[in-house]
Amino acid sequence: MDPRDPRLPHPQANQPGPQTGRLERAPTIGPGHSFGSITDKISTIVLTRKTSGGWFIGFGIAFAMMMMMLYAIGWLLIKGVGIWGNNNPVGWAFDIINFVWWIGIGHAGTLISAILLLLRQSWRTSINRFAEAMTLFAVACAGLFPLLHVGRPWFAYWLLPYPNTMSLWPQFRSPLMWDVFAVATYATVSLLFWYIGLVPDFATLRDRAKSRPWKILYGFFSLGWRGSAKHWYRYESAYLLLAGLATPLVLSVHTIVSFDFATSVIPGWHTTFFPPYFVAGAIYAGFAMVLTLAIPVRKAFGLQDFITMRHLENMGKVMLTTGLIVGYAYVMEVFYSWYSGNIYEMYVMFNRAFGPYWWTYWLLIVCNIVAPQALWFKKVRTSPLILFVIAMFVNVGMWLERFVIIVVSLHRDFLPSSWGMYSPTRWDFMLFFGTIGLFLTLLFLFIRFLPMISIFEMRTLLPEAQVHED
Amino acid sequence: MTTGRRHLDLAAFGARLSGENAPEYWRALEELAEDPSLHEVLREELARESAATGEGVDRRDFLRLMGASVAMGGLAACTPPAETIVPWVDAPEQLVPGRPLFYASAMELDGVGAGVLVESHMGRPTKIEGNPDHPGSLGATDHFAQASILSLYDPERSGTVRYTGDVSTWAAFVSALQATLQTLRGSGGEGLRVLTEGMSSPTAGSQMREILQRYPAAAWHTWQPVTRDSVLEGSRLAFGRPLQTVRHFGGADVVLALDSDFLAREPGFVRYTRDFMDRRRVRAGAATMNRLYVAESMPTPTGTMADHRVAIPAGEIETLARAIAGEIGVGTRVDAGARSAWAEAVARDLRAHPGRSIVLAGENQPPAVHAIVHAINAALGNAGRTVHYIEPVEANPVNQGESMRRLATDMRAGRVRALLILGGNPAFTAPADLEFARAMDFVPFRVHLGTYYDETSARSHWHVPATHFLEAWSDTRACDGTVSIVQPLIRPLYNGASVHEILAALNEDIRTGHEIVRDFWRERARTGADFDATWNRWLHDGVIPDSALPPVSAPASGAIPAAAPRGAAGIEVVLRPDPMIHDGRFANNSWLQELPKPVTKLTWDNAALMSPATASVLKVANGDVIEIEAGGRTVQAPVWSVPAHADDSITLDYGYGALRTGEVGRGTGTDVYPFRTLAGGDIVRGVTVRKTGRRVRLATVQMHHELAWELADGAGARRNIVRSGTLDRYRENPEFLRVPGLEIKGGPSLYPEWPYETYAWGMVIDTNVCTGCGICTIACQAENSIPVVGKEQVLVGREMHWIRTDHYYKGDPNDPDIGMYNVPIPCMHCENAPCEPVCPVEATSHSDEGINEMTYNRCVGTRYCANNCPYKVRRFNFLSYADFETESYKAMRNPDVTVRSRGVMEKCTYCIQRINEHRIEAEKDGRRIRDGEFTTACAQACPTRAIRFGDLNDSDSDVARLRAEPLNYGMLTELNTQPRTSYLGALKNPNPELARRAAPASSTEPAE
Amino acid sequence: MRPKTETWGLLAEFDDPTSLIEAAEKTREAGYTRIDAFTPFPVEGLHEAIGFHHTKLPMIVLAGGILGFVTGFGMQYFATVIHYPLNIGGRPLNSWPAWIPISFELAILFAAFAAIFGMLALNRLPEPYHPVFNVGRFVLATRDQFFLSIEASDPKFRRDETRRFLEALRPLEVSDVPW
Repeated sequence: MDPRDPRLPHPQANQPGPQTGRLERAPTIGPGHSFGSITDKISTIVLTRKTSGGWFIGFGIAFAMMMMMLYAIGWLLIKGVGIWGNNNPVGWAFDIINFVWWIGIGHAGTLISAILLLLRQSWRTSINRFAEAMTLFAVACAGLFPLLHVGRPWFAYWLLPYPNTMSLWPQFRSPLMWDVFAVATYATVSLLFWYIGLVPDFATLRDRAKSRPWKILYGFFSLGWRGSAKHWYRYESAYLLLAGLATPLVLSVHTIVSFDFATSVIPGWHTTFFPPYFVAGAIYAGFAMVLTLAIPVRKAFGLQDFITMRHLENMGKVMLTTGLIVGYAYVMEVFYSWYSGNIYEMYVMFNRAFGPYWWTYWLLIVCNIVAPQALWFKKVRTSPLILFVIAMFVNVGMWLERFVIIVVSLHRDFLPSSWGMYSPTRWDFMLFFGTIGLFLTLLFLFIRFLPMISIFEMRTLLPEAQVHED
Repeated sequence: MTTGRRHLDLAAFGARLSGENAPEYWRALEELAEDPSLHEVLREELARESAATGEGVDRRDFLRLMGASVAMGGLAACTPPAETIVPWVDAPEQLVPGRPLFYASAMELDGVGAGVLVESHMGRPTKIEGNPDHPGSLGATDHFAQASILSLYDPERSGTVRYTGDVSTWAAFVSALQATLQTLRGSGGEGLRVLTEGMSSPTAGSQMREILQRYPAAAWHTWQPVTRDSVLEGSRLAFGRPLQTVRHFGGADVVLALDSDFLAREPGFVRYTRDFMDRRRVRAGAATMNRLYVAESMPTPTGTMADHRVAIPAGEIETLARAIAGEIGVGTRVDAGARSAWAEAVARDLRAHPGRSIVLAGENQPPAVHAIVHAINAALGNAGRTVHYIEPVEANPVNQGESMRRLATDMRAGRVRALLILGGNPAFTAPADLEFARAMDFVPFRVHLGTYYDETSARSHWHVPATHFLEAWSDTRACDGTVSIVQPLIRPLYNGASVHEILAALNEDIRTGHEIVRDFWRERARTGADFDATWNRWLHDGVIPDSALPPVSAPASGAIPAAAPRGAAGIEVVLRPDPMIHDGRFANNSWLQELPKPVTKLTWDNAALMSPATASVLKVANGDVIEIEAGGRTVQAPVWSVPAHADDSITLDYGYGALRTGEVGRGTGTDVYPFRTLAGGDIVRGVTVRKTGRRVRLATVQMHHELAWELADGAGARRNIVRSGTLDRYRENPEFLRVPGLEIKGGPSLYPEWPYETYAWGMVIDTNVCTGCGICTIACQAENSIPVVGKEQVLVGREMHWIRTDHYYKGDPNDPDIGMYNVPIPCMHCENAPCEPVCPVEATSHSDEGINEMTYNRCVGTRYCANNCPYKVRRFNFLSYADFETESYKAMRNPDVTVRSRGVMEKCTYCIQRINEHRIEAEKDGRRIRDGEFTTACAQACPTRAIRFGDLNDSDSDVARLRAEPLNYGMLTELNTQPRTSYLGALKNPNPELARRAAPASSTEPAE
Repeated sequence: MRPKTETWGLLAEFDDPTSLIEAAEKTREAGYTRIDAFTPFPVEGLHEAIGFHHTKLPMIVLAGGILGFVTGFGMQYFATVIHYPLNIGGRPLNSWPAWIPISFELAILFAAFAAIFGMLALNRLPEPYHPVFNVGRFVLATRDQFFLSIEASDPKFRRDETRRFLEALRPLEVSDVPW
């Protein structure tokens, strides 16, 4: 065994050379970093850095909210869906709204990692790990609702195609079945994608962890990774292929979610352009949520060097673009309903804007269309605080959008005699905010125990990483 | 024991008596009841339970609690009565397990009997149908008969004889009664009073007469809250003696109803509405209709059928009647003010149809109006043609108000020594100015025979539980006098006694109810030896042939009473019985409580109904509680504005607000009896209204107040849900209601049609004859064991009814002649059902007979199907609505229908259990099911036969022919759902003279 | 199994990717075949340098995708048309357009599995123990150091000669890799 302490830098090990001016655009990594310093900075957050009181407070709050969720779920299982505000004709309300909302948020992660990877957008590097984690947790929250919204959750497994003595099968024409497959696939692929990205960093943690239990734990998850060139080669091609698969997958998931509505007969649901409209909305919501989380985290852990202004600005631009697409969709909805000359379609739009829930519609317009216009200005895009506020607007707006689509369309459809009103109960709110608690709890654990930025990919951003032929 | 309801938790007894077999049970209890220690047990139980059922408890939990106590009945008492009862259908074998038998019987309400057929499963009555052979039914029923099955099994019915609230025994009661009678016998019964409800039972009548012979000084009083005193007095004015009118709408071309809801409320309406509607079925080749004029304050089902309707305060009906009478030449001409034109036109139309018209007035109109009506009918030569008169079917046809006044006065004066109240709840329902309840305290010996332990029981020394009509022998007369024997289907579940048995006790008569009734008729049958055969035939048919009362020739004195000085002007209050819980006797019947009331669609509550205009004048909104004051009497009620209601008029339904009803009825509605006095009558003029500032939420199943925008341009019209026009338009072009592109079939489709070779079940609903009474809904509820959900759940829109009746207005809400249409909506059983492809677990699918079926035990409850149903006919069990605990309800439910659990979707099945039963029968005989062999519960109960059901593959079936009618249309067919349920358009037959008034009628004709 | 050689091989340490690649190329040119490199991040062109050129991963993924699609569509066709046909809302039994989404999702799922597990299998991972871990400084391979290895099983491997050859490549140091 080599007597020398391996952790000491080698006497002849080089120090980081001067920051070369090779990058014209704003850098995606702060100056003055070496392979070692990147590694240390990110991994210490996990390994050595003392857990801050702030973390404990935040985690405590999130955990309490999660407990509230469990309470709400328990009562739901005891009494039934009737504890919610759902009724005839509003069969779906918070349950499905929240499902679509979370699923939408869950889109940014995989999208950033996959599409931006294919587009060779190097700036994705420092946020993709974080965004992927966010995706997983959002999908976890989303997945709860389809399970819980059914009248007899203990039979929810009947939606899975499994052989049974009655030779009963699911009904594959139902968009809900498509959902089952889409969401399950999306969750699985996102998880693999995320884990595979983590493996080399697990190796790093394995080699840097001090206590044996952690060594063993990280070692277990690192699968014995040793950075072999052959491994790296296959690893990269696998990662690229996954990205290629994840891209159409991301687009398909919200498309299929939109089918739940588009394939129905209900005016306000039965709309052919829902798929692109929903996908754009999902990316919109996703980036908003990434910003909502990234801005505080980067401050709290002093990661300004890695999640730079350029990242925030780019995400702002993406939000502006998708926001405009969504706005276009809103306009077209109104146009179609008028152009169709169909009384039901026309009345739906009338009812959205001037019916009993008019305020949800106009609030949605303010949050999703008006507020983001500020992003035209570089000043706004480069001010973390304002960005954070706008992102918040969008988070609320996207939830309202689903409320308008689901509840406001359902509560007044074809026969005026069967029209009704909807008002949520406290159980609706407890479950909704409970899932936010679940989401944050997972997030807090993630940033405490895993490298929230991909270490090995950050290394490649350094100029020294470039092989210069000479 | 100060809690309002003293209910016995007899589960305690059950525990003590475990091992006893049920028939012995009650004797065992009686023995036990003598044991003082048991009284202690009782008190504890009572204390515990009254604590347990304090405010916080919700109704469903309570009924669970009740379940225990009903275990007492053990429902092992579920056995047919000891005596032979005769099934309606002679089956070769009598009782086949699993196969129901039908027995003819009759239900009496307010002294008028309606013939019914009772479906009995293994000795358990489960469903009530109409008796086709009965003149008052013709196979249909009213909603009370449908709901009576629930009352039979109501666990909260009084279950035991009580003395001052404590458990006692029948024996103890009889001895106490005898003792009292001993003291009275000397004085010839001086001070003995019997107070019965209005009843037409000949047996009871003769029993009373015997008693009155025995005790000459005794007196027989009668009171029913829904009194017909003014009808009686009206005929006295006209004919000099009380007579009852029998009407023949079959011969009437023109009908004028003055504040009379003869199509959905007044005695015999089940028969009358059928006769009336037979004149309105416009079919290819038979384009004729009668014409109905209605003048009323509150829109009623009758009003919705009107060809011309004026909304005027009930207090001004008399003036209008006089004006019309004047035009016809009865009495002097009177100026009807704004309605003169209307009055003249109506009068001219009536004069044009001498002997072929009917004029009738409502029960709560003053005697004068009835007298005028008789005079008009006489003048028009209708008497003897479209109307004839018979002696009252009442056993004791007295002016009940006066009878009560005398009784109350005597009670106060201490002249009443013993008071037997047989049925009813006078302490709650008696005219307020008599203060009857307080007067009772002056009577030393008070007995109450009642179904519930109610206000009157609480003020009586002795309470004796009354039997349900399915539990005891009796007899009754139909509206035309035809007699039916009331045949019991089951032994008394709650140890009740019938009126006959009490009267027998008075008479020291030891015969059973069966013997009393049978002996009475044996004497009258005049068949001598073979009476048994006759008797069995009577029981079998459900009617005694040729027992209708003979017409009496009654020349009406053309004279009309002089107009009484009109009461104070201003706002009037009209008091009427609640359409659903009637005078309050059905307050504990949750089916009726939750059955949406016609027009208002309110459930679980009564309200101060008024026109939107009046509401805005009073500056009140729906739900605002107002205090109404007149003559020092006040009543508080929430406001509900009803389009087409007369201005300056407030309609209050009485019957609600009883304090001593069961948990179901407790706390529902407000008691308006304190406002109802003998002096004031049912129309109180010149009331003052004050806003209290309180608000209550009223549970309606249809939000008219939300429809302002739609009303403006006729939602029903633009959506082609309601299609209506005039008879003349129909004569020009019978297809005039067809909308191009909205055919039921023939929408473009990429997919081939599914073939339906065997049967193709379908339904056609004739909106032209639907009065919106809601009987179909409650019949469906009884047949399919549909749970009630309670007011709170109705408020959030979770009512479970499988068939509902939508009510649409047409035109300007301020137009007095606003059109009103009723559209019953069951499942459409679309051939391209939108609900099916969205179900992820194949829980709803299509049968090869084209029925949209629910597989309950496969349903996980995603509610996607309900969302995607354009007709919103699917109902979801958001909570555990079905009551799985209460023993008695288990016995009541239809054994052929699954009870749905929480989290499961349900909806109309076209009564699939009936289809299957008859398919099996047909297959046994190797034939197809014949048309009319059976029908769905809604269609069977419908008095107007607006709903027809059958096989569309059988080209000469009723439905197939109706579906081919030019008026036939499908709802929302633009969605290419290809519904199996289709509709016939509604036609009005306006008087050309008034036609311009009906101009807006064209607005619901499909826009080209 | 009993190793035939006393050590696994030799490990040379470099401190930047460029010198590692040069060294790797020289080694290959010197005729060594069983060589490998270890780096903290994927180094461009390193795999050519050690003479490793292509992987059959894409083919595996394609196969996975096709299998997934066929499985999905087949399952739905079997369940709906053959095994338990039902009249659902008057739609034809073979409602193939409705089956595309699920078939598509399964194609993606299977392909993704193929990519991940195919990669791990080809890389012979997980492999918790490997001789190079015995070299103390190898932990820096996941931080900032770059290593080149020649296995003793290489036909051209001669312990001292090879060590000299490696030292000629100017590494930070060369160390034996014990079993």
